[in-house]
Amino acid sequence: MNTLSRKIIMAATGLFLCFFLLIHFLGNTQLFLEPEHARLSFNAYSHFLTGNPLVKMVSYVLYASIIGHAIYALLITAKNKAAGGSYKKDNRGRASKWYSRNMGVLGTIVLIFIVLHFQNFWYVYKFGEIGLDTNGNKDLYAVVVAAFQELWLVVVYVIAMIALCYHLIHGITSGVRTLGLFHPKYVRWVNIVGVVYSVVICVGFAAMPLFIYFTNSK
Amino acid sequence: MKLHLKIWRQKDRKSEGKLVDYTLENVNTHMSFLEMLDTLNEELILKDEQPVEFDHDCREGICGQCGVVINGNAHGPLKNTTTCQLHMREFKDGETILIEPFRAAGFPIKKDLKVDRSAFDRIISSGGYVSVNTGQAPEANTIPVSHEVAEAAFDSAACLGCGACVATCKNGSAALFTAAKITQLAILPQSKEERKQRALRMIVQMDEEGFGHCSNTEACEVECPQGISVLNIARMNYEYNRASFLKFKKK
Repeated sequence: MNTLSRKIIMAATGLFLCFFLLIHFLGNTQLFLEPEHARLSFNAYSHFLTGNPLVKMVSYVLYASIIGHAIYALLITAKNKAAGGSYKKDNRGRASKWYSRNMGVLGTIVLIFIVLHFQNFWYVYKFGEIGLDTNGNKDLYAVVVAAFQELWLVVVYVIAMIALCYHLIHGITSGVRTLGLFHPKYVRWVNIVGVVYSVVICVGFAAMPLFIYFTNSK
Repeated sequence: MKLHLKIWRQKDRKSEGKLVDYTLENVNTHMSFLEMLDTLNEELILKDEQPVEFDHDCREGICGQCGVVINGNAHGPLKNTTTCQLHMREFKDGETILIEPFRAAGFPIKKDLKVDRSAFDRIISSGGYVSVNTGQAPEANTIPVSHEVAEAAFDSAACLGCGACVATCKNGSAALFTAAKITQLAILPQSKEERKQRALRMIVQMDEEGFGHCSNTEACEVECPQGISVLNIARMNYEYNRASFLKFKKK
């Protein structure tokens, strides 16, 4: 396997994860509804996701993408560290954006966040003790509201979304380029759409814990 | 003007190198950077010391032979400039200048500021050629090439092969060089014949030479003396994906 095919795996898994984020984001916007309406609708949505065999299959692709993206990032970084030179005086940073050079650091923050996020909600939903709402669905909404009463958790989520935003801004343009989009006109459009997409998704996700924290803490 | 120099001295590929301090008086501001090094070497020779070795050839900014890292930037502080076209007026009187060779796993140091860039030659010879019939010169208009295509090919062909992209890349990747050499041929009709094998072979050779992955930081384009566009790299990716797909389909 050569350098280009490794990058293609990074791009393919990364762009799939970007697409997943959109679906996840759209589903979660239900949290912004009126509390009682939000509870029923969000819980029904969660129940639908866990029961559907097609969603189950996609979720396995999702887990594989996260793990694959991380493993290939490690392989690529190890090779790059060995291949790149280090200088006594290094001013090379002037030529590129800081976040494009620190995708590994940003990615690690996001990965730690994902583990925490799974533990907060995914694990609790699958294996924890959860009450039922009036429709008989597991009351994940209550778990979400309870979790975001903790200020430190809200802060961690917001920081993680900032890291994710920069990771996505570079990741989307880089990934599309790796897949071979070279026409200047389309590259420019992808860059613009990529930045808008990253900012909208990350600001939106960061708003969810903040919204719940401020509307429920009285 | 007076300059304090810190220059990387290394006896050969295997030995350990170190920075050595030199002070140079009476530097003329109209000197090029290489002429300043020549002046230093003349002083060293008179003192019976080993002169500092560095690569250079045309000193007109078109051959791609020269290139050192000056104060942490390949070819120094100016944009779109080779080391030989950098003049001492860009520096301040009494300034300390740190001079190092290009560093990357694919560019082993030969001596002092001289690095072995023959990896680039091997990448070219693995696929950067075109097959033509021998015999009489063909009629000039047999294969029409539009102005836009010719200009685009020239833009890629402007690459000097100096290696500043590799020295600038934190991953020591030769993607910009290889991409420019693939693209300049890929878009011309005369070189469609080897299109697939060229992309595959040159990329395999690039990896064998120990260069890293491209992570699209775009630093190479900024520091390139010719400002070769990073979109060449996207074009190379396209050529590689296309060739891999067609190879797969054939099987």
